[in-house]
Order: sequence, then C-alpha cells, then structure tokens
Amino acid sequence: MLGALRKKSAINLLNLISSVRHGLGSEGVVPLVSTQLKSLSTAAKEMTVRDALNSALEEEMSADPKVFLMGEEVGEYQGAYKISKGLLQKFGPDRVLDTPITEAGFTGIGVGAAYYGLKPIVEFMTFNFAMQAIDHIINSAAKSNYMSAGQISVPIVFRGPNGAAAGVGAQHSQCYAAWYGSCPGLKVLVPYSSEDARGLLKAAIRDPDPVIFLENELLYGESFPVSAESLDSSFCLPIGKAKVEKEGKDVTITAFSKMVGYALQAAQELAKEGISAEVINLRSIRPLDRATINASVRKTNRLVTVEEGFPQHGIGAEICTSVIEESFEYLDAPVERIAGADVPMPYAANLERLAVPQVEDIIRAAKRACYREVSMSATA
Amino acid sequence: MARNPVKLLRTAVSSNPLLRGSLSARPFSSTDNSTPIEVETTLPFTSHQIEPPSRIVSTTAAELLKFYRDMFLMRRMEIAADSLYKSKLIRGFCHLYDGQEAVCAGMEAAITRSDCIITGYRDHCLFLGRGGTLMEVFSELMGRKDGCSKGKGGSMHFYKKENGFYGGHGIVGAQVPLGCGLAFAQKYDKAEAVTFTMYGDGAANQGQLFEALNIAALWNLPSVLVCENNHYGMGTAEWRAAKSPAYYKRGDYAPGLKVDGMDVLAVKQAVSYAKEHALKNGPLILEMDTYRYHGHSMSDPGSTYRTRDEISGVRQERDPIERVRKLVLLHNIASAAELKDIEKEAKKEVDDAIALAKESPMPDSSELFSHVYVKGFGVEAYGADRKDFKGLLP
Repeated sequence: MLGALRKKSAINLLNLISSVRHGLGSEGVVPLVSTQLKSLSTAAKEMTVRDALNSALEEEMSADPKVFLMGEEVGEYQGAYKISKGLLQKFGPDRVLDTPITEAGFTGIGVGAAYYGLKPIVEFMTFNFAMQAIDHIINSAAKSNYMSAGQISVPIVFRGPNGAAAGVGAQHSQCYAAWYGSCPGLKVLVPYSSEDARGLLKAAIRDPDPVIFLENELLYGESFPVSAESLDSSFCLPIGKAKVEKEGKDVTITAFSKMVGYALQAAQELAKEGISAEVINLRSIRPLDRATINASVRKTNRLVTVEEGFPQHGIGAEICTSVIEESFEYLDAPVERIAGADVPMPYAANLERLAVPQVEDIIRAAKRACYREVSMSATA
Repeated sequence: MARNPVKLLRTAVSSNPLLRGSLSARPFSSTDNSTPIEVETTLPFTSHQIEPPSRIVSTTAAELLKFYRDMFLMRRMEIAADSLYKSKLIRGFCHLYDGQEAVCAGMEAAITRSDCIITGYRDHCLFLGRGGTLMEVFSELMGRKDGCSKGKGGSMHFYKKENGFYGGHGIVGAQVPLGCGLAFAQKYDKAEAVTFTMYGDGAANQGQLFEALNIAALWNLPSVLVCENNHYGMGTAEWRAAKSPAYYKRGDYAPGLKVDGMDVLAVKQAVSYAKEHALKNGPLILEMDTYRYHGHSMSDPGSTYRTRDEISGVRQERDPIERVRKLVLLHNIASAAELKDIEKEAKKEVDDAIALAKESPMPDSSELFSHVYVKGFGVEAYGADRKDFKGLLP
C-alpha cells in the first residue's frame, strides 16, 4: 500500500517539475515542490528479501573477519538464488567458497571450522539437500556444547530456502521447521519480511550457537518497506521473540515465513465479516515465543495455527499443545490447525494447490473457531 | 651410569636385530639424556604417490623413557577402566585402546599443541596424550562432575580444546570432515599448524571421508588423515568390509604412507614427515598398522571374530611397550629395576586417580539444563514432566 502511495506522490512531483520547467509555475509553486521532495525522501524505503539477506551477509562479513560463507554456487555463480551476489568480488575466494556437491562433507568441514573458532555460514541450496548433512547439523553441531560441557561451542549458521516453491515436486518441497525445531541445541529462525530477514540473519551470524535459518524461495523477490533503523549496520532482531504483525481481538492466527502473508490476507478478509484477527509472525521456531502466543490467546480466546509443512508432529501441534497446557481456561473454542496436506508434494498445479494452505483455508478455520461456520469435512 | 655408550652400541649392533644396519652413535664425551640415538624402524615404510621418509629415526634417552612411561600409563589406565566397567562403575560404552598406544605416543612426539587432533570414540589415550589428566578421565567415565566434560559426555566425548584436542565423536566417520574443517580454520587463521584426523579401518569406507578429502585436496588444507587400522571394524575384519584394505592408497590423488603402528619411532617419523608435507602440499593419509587387545568395546569379548592365538601372538611379537623396553635396556638408558619403578609409579598414579575420582560427586540436577546453548536467553527448558521439573537456560 505504501508503495502505491509513493508512486502517486512521485507522479505528482514529476508533473510539478515539468510544469515549473515550462515556466508555468509561479513563485507560489516552489515551496510546494520542496515539500513534495521532502515527503518523498522521508517516505519508507522498500527492499526485497533477497537484498535484505545480501546486505546482512555483506555487513556481518565486513564487521567480523571470522565470518565466511560456503556452499554450492555461492561464489562465481553469485548464488543459486542470487542471495550472495557480489560477495565473492568484495571478500575474495578465501571467504566466499564454492563447494562441490557434497553436503555431508562440506557441512562437516563447516562445523569443524566452527569448533576451531571461525564463524561459518553454510548455505544449502535448499534444506531438502541438508538431509544429507543432517548428522553433522544435529550430532556434530547441536549437541557439542552440551556433550563437552561448554568447551566446544559451535557458532555456525545453516541457511537456505525451506518449504514449498512452485512446481518443484516432492523431493524439493519439504518444510523442515518441525524437525529442527524439536532439537535442543539448535536455534531455528523463520523470517518473513525484509526487516525480519536482515535483523534475524544478523542476529544469527552474531549468535554463538548453531542457528538454522529457514528462508523461502518465493519470498526472495518480494518487497517490503524497511525502516531507517533496520538499515543501520548494527540492526539486530532478538532471537526467540515473535512479532504481532496485526493486532486483533477475536482470534489469534500464528504463522511463519510465507504463511504470514497469507494470514494477513485472511485477516483482511475476516475484517470485512466483522472478525478481528490478531496475526502473529513467529520469527523464531526455537526458542518458541510461548509468552507472546499465550498472551494473545488469553486476549482473543481462539487459536488458528498456520504452517506449510506436514501436519503430523508439526509446528502447529506444539503451539496448540502449549496453549492448551498454559491457557486452557481462556479457550472458547477448540484449537485449529492449518498445515500442508499429509502427502508428498505433487507436481500437477491443481494438486499442488490442494497440498499447500490457501488463504481461504485460514479464513474457514478462523470462522470455525468463532463458531461462524459449521465445518464440512470432506472424507475420501 | 658412567659407561661408554659408543662401545656398547658397537657390541649391540652385531647381536641385536633391532639395531642391525643402524648407524653408530656420534662420538661424545658424556652420557647425555638428550644425545641423539639413531634407531632403524622395524619395518620399512610403504608409500603411495610420495617418497617414504628415512627408516632411521633420531631419538634420545629421555624421549625413549618418556615413551615407556607414557605408554605404560596409558596401558594401565585402560586396564583399570576395564575393571571399573566390570564393577559397573562405568556405564554405557567403553572402547579401550590398549595395544594401540604407540600411535598416540609417537604422534605426540612429532607435533605441538598448536596442531589439532580429532578422533572417534576410542579416545581415552589420545586425550591423555594431549594433556588430559587421569582424574579427568576416570571422573568422566564414572559420570562425575570433575570429569573433563563434567559428566555430561561420557567415554566417547572427551575434549581439551586449549590443547588442540577436539574429541571424542560417536558417529563413525563424522570426525573426518570435522577434522578437515579444523585444518581449514588453521589455514584461514594462518596458524602454520596441522590437524591429525584419526579414524579406524571401519570408518575408512565412509563416503563423507572421500567428500572431505576431496575438498581438503582442492583447497590445499593442512590435513593429515590417520587411519588406525586395527584390522577389525567392530567384529568385521578389514577384508570383509573393504574391497581394497590398502587404506593408505585409498586417497587416490592424495599421497599415503603405511606405517608399523606398533613401532613408536616409526609413528613419530611418519607423523613428522606428514606434518611437513601437509603444511605445504595439502592432505595425505597415514595408515597405522596397529592392533587392539580388547574387543571393540567392553561388551565385546573380541574372540568371536578373531582367534585368541592371534591376540596373544601380537602381544608376544609386536607389543609396542615391549619394544621400547628392549630399546631402553639395550641402550642402557635404564635398568630393569628402574623400569619396574616407573611401572609401579604409573600403577600408583592410576590407582590414586581412581580413588580421587570415586570421591567426586555426580553433577547437580540443575546441570541437566546447562550448556544446551552458549546463550540460552533465559528461555524455559522442560524435564520429563514440565509441570514438575523445568529449568531456565542461562
């Protein structure tokens, strides 16, 4: 919406400038021009998630010589999704390393470097490929500080796209938030907006523990307004704190990553029907911000959890249980979960659409929680 | 001990197979603990894609005595751990190293504490070699708070980062990429030091080993892969697990050396040579031909897949401590009685450490929640019944 406003004021300004140039303006116009210019310069800046991640990487690598990036195509290719664009040119091949297609080997090497005291960022082209390296993530990284009683800390970041993309099929579409989120010793972050991407990635790189940073391929190209504060090189977001994206009073909707956008759209639609939804952007799967979630449900008395991944033992399962355990008396309706379908991701576009949550699924579940719609379950 | 060492050496050469063909000592005026003694390795080195080092190893009286003392201490420690395990003071896994002491002792003699060592789960002696104490070992094995990992790790998870010992890993083969990562960091930091990544013949077939070696060679990392080939991966003999059990050749483009791992001086020579090579030319493989007297772990008698004759045969013909004993006696560095004293001292050290470790308390219950993270943000962590027992992560 802000983008549209900016466009509108830009067009006005251009008209004004051309009219002045053609000598049509009078002295009274000049102050108007400068006011227009001033409002343009204080208008919110926009940034794509891709640029946000790139800038975060660049700043943290500049600030700390121990930080380095490794992964497939991060260097000469400029990044499979262009997240690491320009970094090889700026920092050189000693700090931006192209690896062979050997996840188990290069992830172990990254973890070993972290043992020694460097701060590696290991990029997985997608987290589906990280399964080849999952032993190192869990057994070599997550557990080492505990097993060594604090001697071997592992200041590493594992990052890359997670979850469904578009039409990439079953082996390239899994969401790993629940798997990593269950592991003590890991921190798991899930940015949504560009500010999230910048603030959380910078926090992750500075964090002394292993961090799983789950991005989303379809969000890379999306633009979000970013505050001046978030553009500062010292900007960081706290790990373990969710953000209330939109306040509401009737139902709490929790979501992370791409689903935050869907939840916000659902909230807009629900508002038209008089249901005020509070949308929580989790930002952090582990630690999970139970305090914010429970405080919200204690206010709204209803909960809908949204995630892209498989439903069984998912993020929603944990959130629902947490709310039932801590805020049972506050619930006015059963908790609701929206998740990906319990099937491997199909390819055909119509089946793919059925396999991933849609905005109408979130709306329906919210209405159910508000007793506005009788659920009609379709059984095969 | 005012004897003429040169004269002794000359008589010794003709009668002792160990010294046949060895150079006589340089003339000197007094018996000196640090005077070089030249010894020939028992067996020649076999090499792959590289010139082997010389078979003549330079050592000193002091070094030989140190080898004897250190290896005997390691042997006593492992045997004591066997007893403790049988009396149920040690639980879970316990993988003993007795028989393989020469690999550890020889390596330590050739490297510094800036060099790094990482290994799998057979880590007690390597930990000791890196400056760990007996008290830390026994306390950790018995799960007490004075253990090197404060009782949180157990037998397979000993670490001493300040001395370059990075564990202590339970997943077979995982330590190889980790070790190459340590080497990467040493190069990144311009440390001018090398990482020695130890693994067994069982781990030698792991895919991630070849992935890591490939990257180490491409990026010219100061990485030495040391295969402690004790010929059995748990209960599976090498010829049943590897199509090519010539582990020193398995690196293909990476050079390799096969070393008599029961000969501490051969180990020292090979490791020294390998360090120099790796610093300039990237990774290579050292295959140490060694043997473990115990089974794979304390739950393995070690005799269902190999004969007792084989075990006793190695003990008689190739025991690493016996070899050093013979050298020490041959060069009149110490008498049999003096060696006995060293042994008694070592036994006492072990017994004292065990007694002290038994006094060490178990960790406090609150330690359940410590060290999950370096920075836990004060978040809640739950015990089995979260409404009954939970903690805050510091």
